[in-house]
Amino acid sequence: MAEQALLSLRGVSKSFGGIHAVHDISFKVRAGESVGLVGPNGAGKTTLFNCVCGQLRFDQGEIMFDGTTLAGIPTFKRARLGIGRTYQKVEVFTDMSVRDHLMVAERSRCGEGRLWKDLLNMSKVSRQEMENVEATLDLVGISSMADTSVNALGLGHCRLVELARALAAEPKILLADEPSSGLDIHETAEVAAVLRTVQHERGTAILLVEHDLSMVGEVVDRTVVMDLGSLLAEGTFDEVMANPEVRHAYLGQMGAA
Amino acid sequence: MENFFGFALPGVPYGCTYAIVAVGLVLTYQATGVFNFAFGGQAYAAAFVFTLLTQNEGWSGFPAFLVSVVVMSPLIGLAFDRFLFRKVGNSNTTAKLVISLSLLVGIPSLLPVIFGAQNLDDTATIFPFFNPNVVYFTVLQVPINGIYLSTITVTVVVLVALTALLRFTNLGLQMRGAVESRRLVQLDGVNSGRVVALAWAISSFMAGLAGVLLAPTFGNFQSDTYATLMVAAIAAAAWGLLRSIPIATAVGVLIGVVSTILKGYLPTSSIFFSAVLPSLPFFVLVAALLFLPGMRSLDMNRDPLATIDPPPPPTAAASRAPSMDRMIRRAWWVFFAVFVVSMLTWMPKTWEGVFNSGLALSTVLLSITLITGMAGQLSLFQGTLAGVGAFTSAQLANHLGLNMLVGGLIGALLAAAVAVVVALLSLRLRGLGLALMTLAAALLFDNTFFNDASITGGVSGLSLKEKWLGTSAFFNFNGHALFLLSLAVLAGCVLLVLQVRKGTVGRNLAAMRGSETAAAGLGINLTWQRIVVFALAGGIAGLGGVLVTIGAQVANSAQWSYSFSLIFIVLVVTTGVATVEGAIQAGIGFFVTSQLLTYLPGRFGGGSLVIVLFAFGAVQYAKHPEGVLEFQKRQGNMRFERLLFPKEYYALHPTEIAPGTNG
Ligand SMILES: Nc1ncnc2c1ncn2[C@@H]1O[C@H](COP(=O)(O)OP(=O)(O)O)[C@@H](O)[C@H]1O
Ligand SMILES: [Mg+2]
Repeated sequence: MAEQALLSLRGVSKSFGGIHAVHDISFKVRAGESVGLVGPNGAGKTTLFNCVCGQLRFDQGEIMFDGTTLAGIPTFKRARLGIGRTYQKVEVFTDMSVRDHLMVAERSRCGEGRLWKDLLNMSKVSRQEMENVEATLDLVGISSMADTSVNALGLGHCRLVELARALAAEPKILLADEPSSGLDIHETAEVAAVLRTVQHERGTAILLVEHDLSMVGEVVDRTVVMDLGSLLAEGTFDEVMANPEVRHAYLGQMGAA
Repeated sequence: MENFFGFALPGVPYGCTYAIVAVGLVLTYQATGVFNFAFGGQAYAAAFVFTLLTQNEGWSGFPAFLVSVVVMSPLIGLAFDRFLFRKVGNSNTTAKLVISLSLLVGIPSLLPVIFGAQNLDDTATIFPFFNPNVVYFTVLQVPINGIYLSTITVTVVVLVALTALLRFTNLGLQMRGAVESRRLVQLDGVNSGRVVALAWAISSFMAGLAGVLLAPTFGNFQSDTYATLMVAAIAAAAWGLLRSIPIATAVGVLIGVVSTILKGYLPTSSIFFSAVLPSLPFFVLVAALLFLPGMRSLDMNRDPLATIDPPPPPTAAASRAPSMDRMIRRAWWVFFAVFVVSMLTWMPKTWEGVFNSGLALSTVLLSITLITGMAGQLSLFQGTLAGVGAFTSAQLANHLGLNMLVGGLIGALLAAAVAVVVALLSLRLRGLGLALMTLAAALLFDNTFFNDASITGGVSGLSLKEKWLGTSAFFNFNGHALFLLSLAVLAGCVLLVLQVRKGTVGRNLAAMRGSETAAAGLGINLTWQRIVVFALAGGIAGLGGVLVTIGAQVANSAQWSYSFSLIFIVLVVTTGVATVEGAIQAGIGFFVTSQLLTYLPGRFGGGSLVIVLFAFGAVQYAKHPEGVLEFQKRQGNMRFERLLFPKEYYALHPTEIAPGTNG
């Protein structure tokens, strides 16, 4: 089953001043596949996400998504192509209720809000939209806090809201940046379950950055390891973890800490 | 060539003062993350006290300098740090901006309240050995007098001392470390509070110094004169990307020098001389905002430890019990009906005028609710846009005889168009960058269009003839036409804003305010959102300006200067920027308070105190971002709720234990 790659990176590099945050990275994610992206702190994982989503412009290389080359396309258009993400440093909409977070995503999937429709009272929430939102809330398990403002939620719940918001836009690929940091064991297990469900039932591809390696092992089909901006290893989770270079990169960090 | 230097040299002292304030800006921004607009006000305050002491109290320059600059200025800075900025979260850019703007507005208004109105013109220099009126020697035919010498000496000494402090002392090292990451410095066991306080003291001292140095070069000085100082300093700091002290210094001096060179070479009768020259600092600022790539990422958190920031603490829920909600709603409708009936029947003319002004101002302020409260874009030129509406309609009425109602709509459209142009120019800017761009636009209008007598009618403004107002000709409800018109326009704008807020665009705007990164990441086109919201807010501000003009029967450029744009922000922030009620309460509250203050004696009734009061409310933005008044209202609500509807209250606030239940 030689599927067409959904997301493919070829020789992507990004540096800040003298620091090569991402250096010559190439790998592929196929449609419906779940890939782990791991590596010690400062490896350049978040920077790579920013390059894929357009928050940062990469210096070299090529990123293709679903047959389109992404260079030069603004962030919001990439999102409409079907790239969804969550953020390591939570980016929730202050003062907004959880349900409205999902509503924003649901609407933006269908393109721009039209001002004249708002003014003519033609942009009421439809039943279909309501059902979609409720379904996603249920999936992530945050229905009980649907009407709460995110200001009143803790870090862990904010991460779940971000996850739900990304999923409500029904992306083709979900880039999740450390979704379990700040969550307790049960919540982490919950997130892992959600990611698996999304992959299996909706066929969403997943690129998961995560420090909790046991969670990565549970969720992903394949793992890519980065260290100091470069690609270190690629393969199944167990293969990669057995790789001495990978062990060294991780142990090195622990030794320093 | 001699000519050239002859023109260049007199610019050096001006340039020095710009450089001093610019360096102060860089220092505070780096050490504390606050871009302190208030330095303009602080410079003014120091110069005010200094001149008061030398002119009215007969002090000689040096002791007055010690009191006003060496003692008072750093104390003010320390107070700001201790009582205001220290309480603001690290990443809360808006709060920092709002507070510093409120101080910029509040300080110059506070001075006449404390000291009484003063006529200050005879300013001394700080050192007795530099006599302002003695020419010590001439360089290339330029007379070098005491003002010149003291300014240059002081600037050089201060900058050398500061560089030495930053380069060679431990404290300076820590201050530069705070640039990289405040928490990294803390982790090193450094008392970062002390470093921050020192930065505030030093930069405030420099602001005071610049004010006192600049004072003798003006004849009769007013707070507005310090706007030029502030903008030149901001422009210089911007070219240094708010980071580089040498570049900020150099650009500051250059602005001073180039101004005088241009003044020397440009023919005095040309449009360049009258319009472009005073605007030079704004062009320098706008150029930095447009072309420097670094301005884009000004607010982005470069802090490597940013991800371990603790999340902001959960805030109290703003929800009301349904019964309470219903009751308040009814009470408001009753109140509104009583108000309208009163206005149409027994209200004395003075007070009807007060409320009419309030309604007109509310319309202008509503544009701030839309653009800042709903969309999170800090726009500092809403007053200018109102002015565009005002002058357009007044000109159309006076020249074409167009009815103000029709001309008003055209004026509003033009204001919207101006807003869109500024939005397009600042697409790559956000936060502080956008605030600076809109401020530059406001100042540019003040110096060009609004300063042109053929457009704005000069000092006395453009008077309107009654017949162009249309109101008395069309419908005359016993002289209440203005009230009904104002009410209708305001109600229309309120409905528009509420309708937008309810819909998709409103939700997207709220998303943009919450997090631009996440909004774009979901597929929201921020560029388009911004253009739409600038256009709408510009149009509403323009309509408000037209209403004010109809009410006053005159459009005056003094009404729409940049300082009023800032005051408007302060008003709305005090009552609550997030709600439509906030704008209305601010607009009406401002005029009602002003009117009430006229019943007080002398110095309190001069119009300054009301601004001080609101500024005092606005500096509490960090603690009450929803507005001090809004906060008080919520408190009151909760108290009533607990009394009247205890069941619902305790259901909404499960953490509180109802009296009589043993926990
Ligand atoms: N905006 C930025 N400016 C400068 N350096 C950055 C920026 N973002 C990330 N870096 C640097 O790039 C490297 C990779 O960071 P990051 O992508 O956050 O790593 P990871 O997510 O794997 O922990 C780090 O050394 C970090 O300091
Ligand atoms: Mg990361």
